[in-house]
Amino acid sequence: MTALPDFALAGPELLLAVGALLLLMLGAYGGEKRGGLVSGLSALLLVVAAIAVIVGRDGSTFGGSFVVDGFGRFLKVLVLIGSALAVIMTQRFAVAEKFFHFELPVLIVLATIGMLLMISAGDLIAVYLGLELQSLALYVVASFHRDDGRSTEAGLKYFVLGALSSGMLLYGASLIYGFTGHVDFAGIATAAGSGQASLGLTFGIVFVAAGIAFKVSAVPFHMWTPDVYEGAPTPVTAFFAAAPKIAAMALFVRVALEALEPVKAEWQQIVAFMSLASMILGAFAAIGQRNIKRLMAYSSIGHMGFALVGLAAGSEAGVYGILIYLATYLAMTAGAFAVILSMRRDGVMVEDIDSLAGLSRTNPMVAYLLGIIMFSLAGIPPFAGFFGKYFVFAAAINAGLYWLAVIGILSSVVGAYYYLRIVKIMFLDEPKGTFEPMGGEMKVVLGVSGLFVAAFALVLGPLGEVALAAARTLF
Amino acid sequence: MPLLTLTTFLPLAGALFILMIRAQDEAAILNIRRVALITTALTFLVSIGIWTGFDPKNPGFQLTEVAGWSGSFFAYRMGVDGISILFVLLTTFLMPFCILASWESVQVRVKEYMIAFLVLETLMVGVFCATDLVLFYVFFEGGLIPMFLIIGIWGGQRRVYASYKFFLYTLAGSVLMMLAIMAMYWQSGTTDITELVNHPFPATMQWWLWFAFFASFAVKMPMWPVHTWLPDAHVEAPTAGSVLLAAILLKMGGYGFLRFSLPMFPLASVDLAPFIFTLSVVAIVYTSLVALVQEDMKKLIAYSSVAHMGYVTMGIFTLNTQGLQGAVFQMFSHGLVSGALFLCVGVVYDRLHTREIAAYGGLVNRMPAYATVFMVMTMANVGLPGTSGFIGEFLTLSAAFQVNTWVAAFAALGVILSAAYALWLFRRVVWGSLTKASLKAMMDLTPREIAILAPLVVLVILFGVYPMPVLDATAASLEALLRSVHAAIDAAGQTASAGPLPLIR
Repeated sequence: MTALPDFALAGPELLLAVGALLLLMLGAYGGEKRGGLVSGLSALLLVVAAIAVIVGRDGSTFGGSFVVDGFGRFLKVLVLIGSALAVIMTQRFAVAEKFFHFELPVLIVLATIGMLLMISAGDLIAVYLGLELQSLALYVVASFHRDDGRSTEAGLKYFVLGALSSGMLLYGASLIYGFTGHVDFAGIATAAGSGQASLGLTFGIVFVAAGIAFKVSAVPFHMWTPDVYEGAPTPVTAFFAAAPKIAAMALFVRVALEALEPVKAEWQQIVAFMSLASMILGAFAAIGQRNIKRLMAYSSIGHMGFALVGLAAGSEAGVYGILIYLATYLAMTAGAFAVILSMRRDGVMVEDIDSLAGLSRTNPMVAYLLGIIMFSLAGIPPFAGFFGKYFVFAAAINAGLYWLAVIGILSSVVGAYYYLRIVKIMFLDEPKGTFEPMGGEMKVVLGVSGLFVAAFALVLGPLGEVALAAARTLF
Repeated sequence: MPLLTLTTFLPLAGALFILMIRAQDEAAILNIRRVALITTALTFLVSIGIWTGFDPKNPGFQLTEVAGWSGSFFAYRMGVDGISILFVLLTTFLMPFCILASWESVQVRVKEYMIAFLVLETLMVGVFCATDLVLFYVFFEGGLIPMFLIIGIWGGQRRVYASYKFFLYTLAGSVLMMLAIMAMYWQSGTTDITELVNHPFPATMQWWLWFAFFASFAVKMPMWPVHTWLPDAHVEAPTAGSVLLAAILLKMGGYGFLRFSLPMFPLASVDLAPFIFTLSVVAIVYTSLVALVQEDMKKLIAYSSVAHMGYVTMGIFTLNTQGLQGAVFQMFSHGLVSGALFLCVGVVYDRLHTREIAAYGGLVNRMPAYATVFMVMTMANVGLPGTSGFIGEFLTLSAAFQVNTWVAAFAALGVILSAAYALWLFRRVVWGSLTKASLKAMMDLTPREIAILAPLVVLVILFGVYPMPVLDATAASLEALLRSVHAAIDAAGQTASAGPLPLIR
């Protein structure tokens, strides 16, 4: 085993790593005025990496700790799109709020590499490496607005709780290693499958699940989410809401279904509980929120709960549901944040949802698109969000998790209330002043994601085939 | 030519066209109204093509269209049979009148208004044309969005409350149906309605599925005791919104029972028929009594709608020919009658801007033409022989009599009560002497209003004396439906006749 590992498989990650270093050089030597260029190149780099992921081949390398398969490639593309959108949406806002430094897009790229490693992880060591690379970059990004107390607080909170959860994950991983004798997923599965799960393995599973649940912000490990979402600069919130969630969900699915599939009975109830609690909390806690960023935080907790329904099912249909769900979630989040980032009045960012009042009069197109996105988030057909919910709940029904499906779907009715309230504020209330005109790139992001959400039924066919093929690779 | 797809999506194309009109001046707004009217009229013409291409002797789905991808859980399947074609035509027929009725009464945000109505038409026609469960659900549920906006933006005083209540009530009912649809998919491997009606679901599963569908359709219908959203929605909605709500959206509940509950879960339907009878009779008697004491015209008609829908549910679950025919006819007739009644209320509301009964009286002195139309529709609402309202009530009552005397007796009480509240309403609004000063300047129907109401009057009387076109169209499909239901029941070794009401025995 002296041959060099197959680096080509990790092409996109290497490309990003090298690119990020070069961009860092460019920024460091070019000075602050090259910031815009660094931003643009970062977005380009992420897009190129996404193309590289699409055209790449399947396989595993680095002694099995780095795996490229259909499932991973599907989610990597989503993550890269999410990160690229975040970079694009950050630039104008950060410059206007005077906290832009060229490191910001580079840090997003570095976090993205971590996410790709998480998605491709084939053993527990790689899981931890990817997770930490992602998290360290994210801590910095959260507190990037150094002069803003809220941002610093968000970064610190995120760091302390994130470090704790990483510790738990690591401790769980060591327990799993100790009781199975393996760190690679296939080895763990073989060892765990040879009989009843030992008490130590169960403990390990609980700790690992807790650690990952923190990253996907599933209840009861969600406490950091509203504070960090509210405190972090808004474009960073937009970034947090999409890409890292997708990566963490991918990690959860892979660990649960590749390493721990034989002991499904042990983790299924944990996941089902977290899923249920997230859906209910996401639905009820968001009702009282007036700050749109906090509202989106609770909304994202709820949505991760819905996605976890697919994992609780633990079947091919469940993974298929998760893939569709995450794809729709990415589009809806990107569109919603494109509007939130444009909520500026007199040069100041406003975050109160009542400031959207009468948007259908002052800016009808934006109101239509955001309205579609809100109905989609609520899961009303014929929009994208409905299909995501449909497939995860179909998987739950197939797996016999009737109570989870019934309570979950009823909590989506509660959740519909606060999405409807945003529609009501935009369409039913009298206008209270106008926002500054939207930036061109925001219009594009909103337009594309809005159309994707509205016409999702038309793209579901081809997308569904890809997702189905991707889901099959795990089984 | 894909006629059903064309009928379904033509209004959507019109809506997109209106979306493109950017100007805000008078001429542009007139254009928007004209485009909406032309689109709906054109849609009606296309839907006549469905009628001519339809063979009433064929009980199955006709003019079918299929498209879809491998690997997806459902497909785009469209088709009409004797039951659904009636509602497709009713929808496309009423839409131009709804646009006309809003011609002058809607002055704010005309563009959005017309877009909402056209989108709603697409979704309503889609509900009746879909022959795939998931596709049906998409249309069924999607209809909430435009209706929420119609009530919420152009509604009355408490419009926000009413629109929320409408949306959340209906959504809560429907999501359980969505879970049932998934369970049916995993059990049978398809969401094609034509295959599902032949799939024998296990008896216990039928009960669960039946209740899940019931939750959705009972709210939509609406049946007592989940009807409370309807009076609020009706009172607050603009006139055309009320018309569509009463004439089409409520019919989706009854249509759902006929399309899904009966043929797919026949065993549960037989077992639970007494339960439905109980709710229906309570609805007929109780909501009629409630209608008696209403002070708001729209609320009164709304409660009367709930009572009339009671006949529909009762007729459907008698599981005999008269019952089903009567239920379908009652839905069709109620679509015309209640639509016309809401238009009548709209006529006086546009002039006086109040729906309070006490504010009117003696309108016959100033508005003879209006009084005539209102009288015909009141009589049809009461179920007077010679109007379309009679046929449906008579058939459902005679069907109920064959199954259970008590049910028929209590339901017949509703006929008397409906005469009481409807005639009393007419007496208070139209008869009497014109004493109120505010009414002295009331003008009779304008040509536009006559053009809206006259066709409805003609149809109500025409179908009252000659109901055959409707009954013939539905006969073959309903016979086939009943045959399959009774075959399933016989196969399960149960008796077809439901026992007496458990509550009354």
